[in-house]
Amino acid sequence: MLQSMFIHWVAVNRVTVHTIIEKQPVEAVNTGAKAKGAVLYSARTKIYPKRVQGQFRRLKWVIMVVTLAIYYVTPWLRWDRGPYAPNQAVLIDIAHRRFYFFFIEIWPQEFFYIAGLLVMAGVGLFLVTSVVGRAWCGYSCPQTVWTDLFIAVEQYFEGDRNARIKLEAAPWSLRKVTLRLLKHASWVLIAIATGGAWIFYFADAPTLLTSFLTGQAPLVAYATVGVLTATTYVFGGLMREQVCIYMCPWPRIQAAMLDEDSLVVTYNDWRGEPRSHGSKKAAAQRIASGDCVDCNACVAVCPTGIDIRNGQQMECITCALCIDACDNIMDRLEKPRGLISYSTLRDYNHNMALAKDANGAIIPNRIRNASGVFVDAVKHFDWHVFLRPRTLLYVSLWSSIGIAMLYFLVTRDRLRLDVQHDRNPIAVKLSDGSIRNGYTVKLLNMVQEPRAIILSLQGLPGATMTIAELKDTSGRSTVIEVEPDKLRALHVFISQPPQMLRTGQTPFTISVNDPQSFEADHYNAQFEVPGISQ
Amino acid sequence: MSDHNEIDSVSGVETTGHSWDGIKELNNPLPRWWLWTFYACIAFAAVYSIVYPAWPGFTSASKGIWNWSSRVDIRHELDAAEQAKAEQFAEIKSHDINAILADEKLRGFAVAAGSSIFKVHCATCHGSGAQGSAGFPNLNDNAWLWGGKPDQILHTITHGIRDTSDPDTHSSQMPNFGKDAILKPDEISAVANFVRQISKQDADPKLAAVGAGVFKDNCSACHGDTGDGKIEFGAPKLNDAIWAYSGDLAAIERQINNPRHGMMPAWGKKLGEISVKDVAVYVHSLGGGE
Repeated sequence: MLQSMFIHWVAVNRVTVHTIIEKQPVEAVNTGAKAKGAVLYSARTKIYPKRVQGQFRRLKWVIMVVTLAIYYVTPWLRWDRGPYAPNQAVLIDIAHRRFYFFFIEIWPQEFFYIAGLLVMAGVGLFLVTSVVGRAWCGYSCPQTVWTDLFIAVEQYFEGDRNARIKLEAAPWSLRKVTLRLLKHASWVLIAIATGGAWIFYFADAPTLLTSFLTGQAPLVAYATVGVLTATTYVFGGLMREQVCIYMCPWPRIQAAMLDEDSLVVTYNDWRGEPRSHGSKKAAAQRIASGDCVDCNACVAVCPTGIDIRNGQQMECITCALCIDACDNIMDRLEKPRGLISYSTLRDYNHNMALAKDANGAIIPNRIRNASGVFVDAVKHFDWHVFLRPRTLLYVSLWSSIGIAMLYFLVTRDRLRLDVQHDRNPIAVKLSDGSIRNGYTVKLLNMVQEPRAIILSLQGLPGATMTIAELKDTSGRSTVIEVEPDKLRALHVFISQPPQMLRTGQTPFTISVNDPQSFEADHYNAQFEVPGISQ
Repeated sequence: MSDHNEIDSVSGVETTGHSWDGIKELNNPLPRWWLWTFYACIAFAAVYSIVYPAWPGFTSASKGIWNWSSRVDIRHELDAAEQAKAEQFAEIKSHDINAILADEKLRGFAVAAGSSIFKVHCATCHGSGAQGSAGFPNLNDNAWLWGGKPDQILHTITHGIRDTSDPDTHSSQMPNFGKDAILKPDEISAVANFVRQISKQDADPKLAAVGAGVFKDNCSACHGDTGDGKIEFGAPKLNDAIWAYSGDLAAIERQINNPRHGMMPAWGKKLGEISVKDVAVYVHSLGGGE
């Protein structure tokens, strides 16, 4: 092993002589010396993620701003639906069993649209995971977003990693108390705003805000805000990565959906190993070393406190902050970025095989030519990896569900008819020998204006209907007024004169139509005539 | 058993001294969250046992300082439910039955209330769907012995039929034409054939022609000249398709020979004014109400 490290020293590492990369005094919480000491039981090691700048950090800021803005602002958007419906753009009206989303209104029986969205979310998650691994965890999971926000607040008051460690170790002083109070107070305020925003999705936001502040809101509103405030504060401020590691089932599920071609945050051992502890020293000792200078920058910035160089781990939420940290170091060392990068297991295995000699040791000059440039055989990111049967299947599945739902949404009926035949008694003989059947007829006017609907019979010769709730209705067709966005249930009696009767079941049709909009619906009913003779 | 203070060499943790088949138990501390939850539960239980009934005695348990009891809770809930419906009940009480039927909301309330009262008190004889059975009229159809107008239905339910405890009860009696030898057997057979004929069933035309005369002399006083019946006497319409018992010849002869009479209790006093109105509205809503 050591022998192999001594073979030709080439000027692979062109390090500016003045570049000094400090080693961060940090250890991975899950594999460090302390964690190794007590394998069966160990207390939580507090993590102080270091601030980092870079493209992924910027992306995370953008996603945080966008997702939080959507969450806080949405209930305050207005959408005019006329005089008979609320004007809140997004409203889950549980009391009246309606869900409003801009121009879409969902009745309880149309809940399958929500189920469809959930299926789409599931397939979408498969897609994202098979392409870029646990991107959900790293960028858009509420736990990640709020933890990020809470760490930013902590950093604002207490400073970066080292200052926070110092403050934690310092004895209680006026300054420490003040900083801690400010931090926790800000956290609580964010938590209240978070819990507070939730309830506005369920009631008219401006009205609820007024009643909430004046103590007039229902108890459930205060309880909801209380619970969500507590969970936000505890999960985002206190528990943080513990939620991801111990409480969340997602990491287990998502990890199972990765394959060899999924992009995951990877430490590229093939160009990093063997690590040099300061390249000057390495050069002086004439040791052929890889790009990793073992500065621990990747460990210091990690919000779950792990060392990505130990390979894929359950704790890794793939937030990619270690990529930013390492890229910054590589820039300072004037080496190509991407020692830690998004890459696929297939590429990684290929490059590893390339870099290893017969003894299994990583030889830096096997992957670089004399001038320090990667040899052609080294595989780099290639966007074609997105196009593979699995991802294409997910995309087609996902989009066909979406297109189907869109089709059903656009063509769905806003006038509906439900009919239920009376079961007890199923048929009644009248004085003149006619047979009467009863039906509960439900007319659903699913638009925001009152309508006059025509209810009529097709088939069943000679039959006429009377409606218990309406006076003076007798015939084969009648106009029924239905209030806007309401269901009207009527008990309809249909009788057929004796000379027309046919024993057994006779199919006929009950139909509704709106002469204004030409919308129509029908129900294929049965008319029952019992076979007993008198 | 091993030594109590043995230290496990792998983990460096003390063992509890318990050993099963050579497997030793480590004396690791309990998870802190678990331990504090446990303490909190103990504290909760202590407070609970003071506040709520908890400690058993010989004949009863401790009352608890809040004096809480599930029966009082139920009482409050029932009172609240009554209270919530009080307004509608008051309106039912103050409104005439025709006014209730005219008001869609009030009518709906009375139908719902009447339906549940019907299932408790009336379904025993009339059936759960009010479909009736032999001797117990079907209330869904449009044939009424004592009248199908709202007021008539209400009166029938309130005072009953042939219920001697109520002075306003409906009362009538059909003579035992055969048993008391008012009519001869062949006259009974003839009039039965006539009844079959006017109800558009198969009949012997000769006997029916004879029976027409017998009917005019003996039956038309109550059942009307054409067999239309008379609700004043609760005399059924005979020229229609509805039969209290059965419309076949033998059944008609049996009824003329030795008539059976239905009886219904007076519900007015038992159920009270409001409930009786509810039931009347419900029965009227079944489709046969006039």
